[in-house]
Amino acid sequence: MSILVTPDTRVLIQGITGSFGARHAKLSLEYGTKVVAGVTPGKGGQLFENQVPIFDTVDQAVRETGATVSAIFVPPPFAADAILEGVAAGLDLVVTITEGIPVLDMMRVKEAMKGSKTRLIGPNCPGLVTPGTGEKSHGGCRIGIAPGYIHKKGSVGVVSRSGTLTYEAVWQLTSRGYGQSTCVGIGGDPINGTSHLDVLKMFNEDPETDAIIMIGEIGGSAEEEAAAWAAQHCKKPIAGFIAGATAPEGRRMGHAGAIVSGGQGTAEGKIAALRAAGIEIAETPSDMADALIRRMNR
Amino acid sequence: MNIHEFQARELFAEFGVATQPGKVASSPEEAENVALALGLSGGKFVVKAQIHAGGRGKGTFKNGFKGGVHLCGTPTEAKDLASKMIGQVLVTHQTGPDGKEVGKIFVGEAVDIARELYLAILIDRATSVPVVIASTEGGVDIETVAEKNPEKILRLPVHPFLGLMPYQTRIIAASLGLTGPLMSQASKLFTNLYRLFIERDCSMVEVNPLVVTKDGRLLALDAKFNFDDNALYRQPSIVAMRDVTEEDQREVEASKHGLNYIGLDGNIACLVNGAGLAMATMDIIQHAGGSPANFLDVGGGASREQVASAFRIILADKSVQGVLVNIFGGIMDCDVIAHGIVEAAKETGLSIPLVVRLEGNNVEAGKKTLAESGLKLEGAENILHAAQKIVSAVKAAV
Repeated sequence: MSILVTPDTRVLIQGITGSFGARHAKLSLEYGTKVVAGVTPGKGGQLFENQVPIFDTVDQAVRETGATVSAIFVPPPFAADAILEGVAAGLDLVVTITEGIPVLDMMRVKEAMKGSKTRLIGPNCPGLVTPGTGEKSHGGCRIGIAPGYIHKKGSVGVVSRSGTLTYEAVWQLTSRGYGQSTCVGIGGDPINGTSHLDVLKMFNEDPETDAIIMIGEIGGSAEEEAAAWAAQHCKKPIAGFIAGATAPEGRRMGHAGAIVSGGQGTAEGKIAALRAAGIEIAETPSDMADALIRRMNR
Repeated sequence: MNIHEFQARELFAEFGVATQPGKVASSPEEAENVALALGLSGGKFVVKAQIHAGGRGKGTFKNGFKGGVHLCGTPTEAKDLASKMIGQVLVTHQTGPDGKEVGKIFVGEAVDIARELYLAILIDRATSVPVVIASTEGGVDIETVAEKNPEKILRLPVHPFLGLMPYQTRIIAASLGLTGPLMSQASKLFTNLYRLFIERDCSMVEVNPLVVTKDGRLLALDAKFNFDDNALYRQPSIVAMRDVTEEDQREVEASKHGLNYIGLDGNIACLVNGAGLAMATMDIIQHAGGSPANFLDVGGGASREQVASAFRIILADKSVQGVLVNIFGGIMDCDVIAHGIVEAAKETGLSIPLVVRLEGNNVEAGKKTLAESGLKLEGAENILHAAQKIVSAVKAAV
């Protein structure tokens, strides 16, 4: 298994004809992901790359192709609507790549999603990858913008708020011969659909995941909550890294969620919470895979 | 994005949030006219310098005049005070030694305060809903209250679709001891403040202090606003309030090129793709014994041009004595980035140490481009080595 998606997952892409969406839809197809539909209002009936049918609505795309998961690449002003369209169509999972969605829009989306069966990942996230068995992990399920070739099929789960730090961790693991079950980027915004804790619970239940790397950053308290749960319930070894120890208070460090305010959400506090939960801390971003290996050999 | 105090008062006026009467002035004559128009008989006026930085009251002007906040008794005195502030540079503990030039002042009624309270609205990340925070301890840092007297803080969640209900405004009023005729004033103020928070896409509004005057009025005396940068595209009236002279000019320049830059105090500049990796790169510079000069995220899909602009911005900082480039080229081609680095380094006549750590897509070609460029730069296999190399190179050069 893996979590959230498998190589057989049927994926649709909202915003498939935009330059960003098109580029990554093509890369996913090349990776061997089952991209079965695209959605761009007004372009229904056309084909993307001469192979993927485009629909006007998500509902049509789901009924015609059996897609269960969507990746959203639409611009920020239209993203909240796109997410709720995916929810209304009964998708299992909506992965929102879009960066820059207003916080109040996301607040309303979360409230409107209560009681629905759909899980949201993101926004402002790199998406997720379940590596395949082919060369350079070809044949896997790549949803979003992560480079597919850095992965390798295996049993380490990776969860992170940051894209490039996820790639660093994955590349370090792959270079050392350790493959991944699923790698999930949950996004850098203050309001997101899926938390570190949600993903930890899934990895804990997944028989194909044997160890976990959790990458966090300053701001909020999601890493602390995940660590507190892991201390009590997680049966698998975890290594952690927290970015932002040198960030000045009160400044937004790129990600809208990466901000320390009123002494809350500091790297120091998060690292202490992770350590207290028995999580092996990577001192530097070069040390993420090695920290996990240390923890596994402990 | 931040705004001036007088702009906060204009927003309050627009939304019907009671605040002290007063207006902004750009000249001593205008200040006198504002005071005259307030028409206070035997009242007092307050004259306040308008800069974003805090600590104005305890600041000193470079012309020797002390204090950016003053009380006075007549419109003529208000004019005189204004003449000592407008066009002068005010230095406070938040402005740094260079200070900030005061272009405008606020002239208002100096109210007699009976009680100081605290009120804020923000989005709670843990629950993803707005929360109203109220405390009877106004005029002091809420963090201090939270630490010493947590029982004195009320936290009231608001339903995203229902908004702040009238009964909730009464709960807040009661918790603040606003009873009798003050309760209806309070309900109105809280309702309007919440409407302002939502309709203007605030991420936080903090009224500190919210005051009860001796003559029985409830007024928002001072406020701090934070606006959601992601929502500025639909808030033209807020964007119009932006004062770029109050911002770090390097940050203003960087934003023009779609770069995310924040200036810091150190001497090792860094250029990184991705916010998380950029933060981690700052951390590792410190870990290696150096001090980062900036946060700089060129974005996940940085172009050659963006890399070149990024170089110009970090090199414009005079305290920078070395540069660390850390790129994980996931999708983008490392060779393209390498060409951008070479181009920018040559164009800017780079004379300080440069360490480049490239990893990812087409990395061998990128490394070859760097090696054959004739530039004096060092490569590094991983981020830790890169940080150690730049720290020792800077130390050796100084």
